[in-house]
Amino acid sequence: MPKLHVQTSVNGDTLDFLCEPAETLLDVLRNRLNLTGSKEGCATGDCGACSVLLNDRLVASCLVLAAEVDDQRVLTVEGVARGDALHPVQQQLLEHAGLQCGICTPGIVVAAKSLLDHNPNPTETEVRFWLAGNLCRCTGYDKIIRAVLDAAATMRDDRSRVSA
Amino acid sequence: MSGEQRFKYVGTRPIRHDGLDKVTGRANYGADFTLPGLLHGHIVRSPHAHARILAIDTSAAAGMPGVMAVITGDDIPKTTARLMMGEGGFDLGDMGDNLLAHDKVLYQGHAVAAVAATSPELARAAAEAVAVHYEVLTPVMTIDQALAAGAPILHDGLTTKGQPAAGVPTSPTNVAMRMELKRGDVDKGFAESDIVVERTFTTPMVHQGYIEPHACVARHGEDGQIVVWTSTQGHFNVRDCSAGILGIDAAKIKVIPSEIGGGFGGKIPVYLEPVAIALSRKAHRPVKLVMSREDVFRASGPTSGTKVRMKLGAKQDGTLVAASASLYYEAGAYKGSPAGAGAMCAIAAYRIPNFFIEAYDIVVNRPKVAAYRAPGSPSSTFATESLIDEIARRLNMDALDLRLKNAATEGDQAPYGPKFGPIGLREVLAAAKAHPHWTAPLGANQGRGVAVGFWFNAGMNSSATVSVNTDGSATVVAGNPDIGGTRVAQALMVSEELGVPVERVRPSVADTDSIGFSDLTGGSRVCYATGMAVIEAARDAREQLKARAAKMWGTDAAHVGWDDGTAIPLNGAGDRTPLTVNEIAAKLAHTGGPVIGRATVNPPMAGPGFGLNICDLEVDKETGVSRVVRYTCIQDVGKAIHPSYVEGQMQGGASQGIGWALNEEYIYDREGHLENPGFLDYRMPVASDLPMIDTVLVEVPNPLHPYGVRGVGEVPIVPPLAAVANAMRDATGVRFTDLPLSPPRVLEALATD
Ligand code: FES
Ligand code: FES
Repeated sequence: MPKLHVQTSVNGDTLDFLCEPAETLLDVLRNRLNLTGSKEGCATGDCGACSVLLNDRLVASCLVLAAEVDDQRVLTVEGVARGDALHPVQQQLLEHAGLQCGICTPGIVVAAKSLLDHNPNPTETEVRFWLAGNLCRCTGYDKIIRAVLDAAATMRDDRSRVSA
Repeated sequence: MSGEQRFKYVGTRPIRHDGLDKVTGRANYGADFTLPGLLHGHIVRSPHAHARILAIDTSAAAGMPGVMAVITGDDIPKTTARLMMGEGGFDLGDMGDNLLAHDKVLYQGHAVAAVAATSPELARAAAEAVAVHYEVLTPVMTIDQALAAGAPILHDGLTTKGQPAAGVPTSPTNVAMRMELKRGDVDKGFAESDIVVERTFTTPMVHQGYIEPHACVARHGEDGQIVVWTSTQGHFNVRDCSAGILGIDAAKIKVIPSEIGGGFGGKIPVYLEPVAIALSRKAHRPVKLVMSREDVFRASGPTSGTKVRMKLGAKQDGTLVAASASLYYEAGAYKGSPAGAGAMCAIAAYRIPNFFIEAYDIVVNRPKVAAYRAPGSPSSTFATESLIDEIARRLNMDALDLRLKNAATEGDQAPYGPKFGPIGLREVLAAAKAHPHWTAPLGANQGRGVAVGFWFNAGMNSSATVSVNTDGSATVVAGNPDIGGTRVAQALMVSEELGVPVERVRPSVADTDSIGFSDLTGGSRVCYATGMAVIEAARDAREQLKARAAKMWGTDAAHVGWDDGTAIPLNGAGDRTPLTVNEIAAKLAHTGGPVIGRATVNPPMAGPGFGLNICDLEVDKETGVSRVVRYTCIQDVGKAIHPSYVEGQMQGGASQGIGWALNEEYIYDREGHLENPGFLDYRMPVASDLPMIDTVLVEVPNPLHPYGVRGVGEVPIVPPLAAVANAMRDATGVRFTDLPLSPPRVLEALATD
């Protein structure tokens, strides 16, 4: 079967790759583009470790065909920080010790960023339901939830400081 | 001793050194590694739970394009070797047979052959082309089936070790081991009891559930030198197991640990590494093996399903006088369930003068069990703590008061032998009584449960080095994969000893060539035993720095003291100006060269740990669905080095235990096929299932450790099973003895009650 030629944007870089028709976005990110930050915990859409944003929408990259991202925009965990500046979710996860083994962390970072993009002032329950697709076996979620709530608070503070 | 200690760095909460790489996706885990010329392996697994292998035809697979090697059990030597570890050890023959079956397959998913090809797709296709001919046998799926007269026998050569039951043949058998623990006169004890409670409890086989599947890369060089990159809890263990199984020198193998995406005991055994080595040896190229999630469920982990018959007797005033118990633990396909540990932990929290406990290790056609956090203790403790709850109800006593009345304390002889040193069970119970959760009002359809739990913790071997750099910063190197923040804890210990700020200490996990032997990350031993090695190595470095200061002063090292990162003159050194680490470090090249402190330790014992959980459960009696609405964990941690990561251990262990109590279980059909090998049907707790999990750190210093550290990683999973079930009893009036408390089971019990 001939390979497909896909042109896309990943973390702001315009790039192209060849892939098999059946190859998933996760496989291409990890195996062809060397972006191994997205993890495979299940390959069936149940763990969230492979979470990425596709045109600003949160998706499980193990359930997206690589060919589907032609001419689209992909953001992976590697693109969440801006230069030296961590995203507040990343910073708060560090401050709160919201990771133990860290294998779920890339997916949590992407999913939580996406939540705060949509909803700058989520309740604890909203955070818990938004992150319900991201399994973490180590932390019991407590410190992750606190980190995301604090990240939301710092982002609101920053915004009000800017607007003031 | 330690109660008096004052700390400057220990007990603070700095950001972990490896954190940035983990929140940015840069950290490399098992499956992230690659090499030029890499081949991809695929494992052929048995579709049957129990079958004899008649023939394996690999010729079609071997002839396919891109296929570079095909191996079977013939490529893994049969061995009778054992690898010792702590008190126990690994049977390398069983482990090798589990890697690639030799004569029989013993569970669905048992590996029978492996292929290596130039792409994962070609490897998968070649695996499908391997033809295996089986004679299918009747599977033995449950404890009762395994013990039944005339049961199919898994292993022809198996005999019952330990203390076999009288009058039962020790061979042929599916009972690999039976042991007894006893004290006093148990019949007399029950005769003297005012009340006796007795029930049978079961817990399902459950998986550790780490999110990262097993993965490794192996390269077998033309000169026989082997390098393995792998995600493991113990890379020295991988080296020594691989060497022992393949019959080669450990010195030929270098194992480089990746970051590890969870283990909880499940990444102690080798499942892939020797197979990857054997494939690479045959293909002359490096080979990568990665398990799918389905493979992880079918063929790695899990922990034992259990059946526990237990009886407790007490006086009217609540004094426990007698206990008896029979523990049956599924070992999976090969001997080695944690039945013995279950027996030793079952009543460790209490002084009970008369007891008799027997424990059986039973093979069944399920995956070989691996350690899972405090292996053995949660299941037997579920029985004990449920019955203690029942006694409290029958006697109308406060559940904490009843436990306090009987709680073990320093000087008591543990049921498993030694006398307890300082332990914190009473302090933990007192903290529970004082906690607002204990007296908070409950809402409608809510119930509250409490339970305690015990785990021994382990010591074993560790090595560490501490180097002082010429700019006064320091490097600490140890041999334990960091599964949850141990590097930052080790840096804190170096800071404490040298007075170097924690961000100027670089902690690192070294491969098997670069640090002395270190037992695995498990047994709650890293902060305790490896921590001890780190502290001793830092002290060694400090003594060397003092000697260098003495040289700079032209005095004797005996005249040099140390205070928070500064060499200070003692009597006899005159009025020399104190020298900071930075000042001494800058002159190392002129005072004798590099400074490296080093230490190896092998503490035979560790300070045991106790924890307690309070659980509020809300039950929907229409649907049987229950929800944990409030949860508090209290634990004696000895001394918390980095409290956030200690709390994290407690919260994570509690949520695993809650999952075990409410949802998780291996479901097999009658033929022994696992029906739920995925996260959709094997339902682990997700964020929206749980509330915040409050923690209280009780610190009763462990005199065996210089700072008072106790292991903390395993105790947290012991109390939840009974804490949740006791809350269910409180909410519904029904005593549940079989886990999980899934909605259908709860509904059924409420209907028949
Ligand atoms: S790997 Fe995509 S959801 Fe688990
Ligand atoms: S930190 Fe290990 S799975 Fe979340």
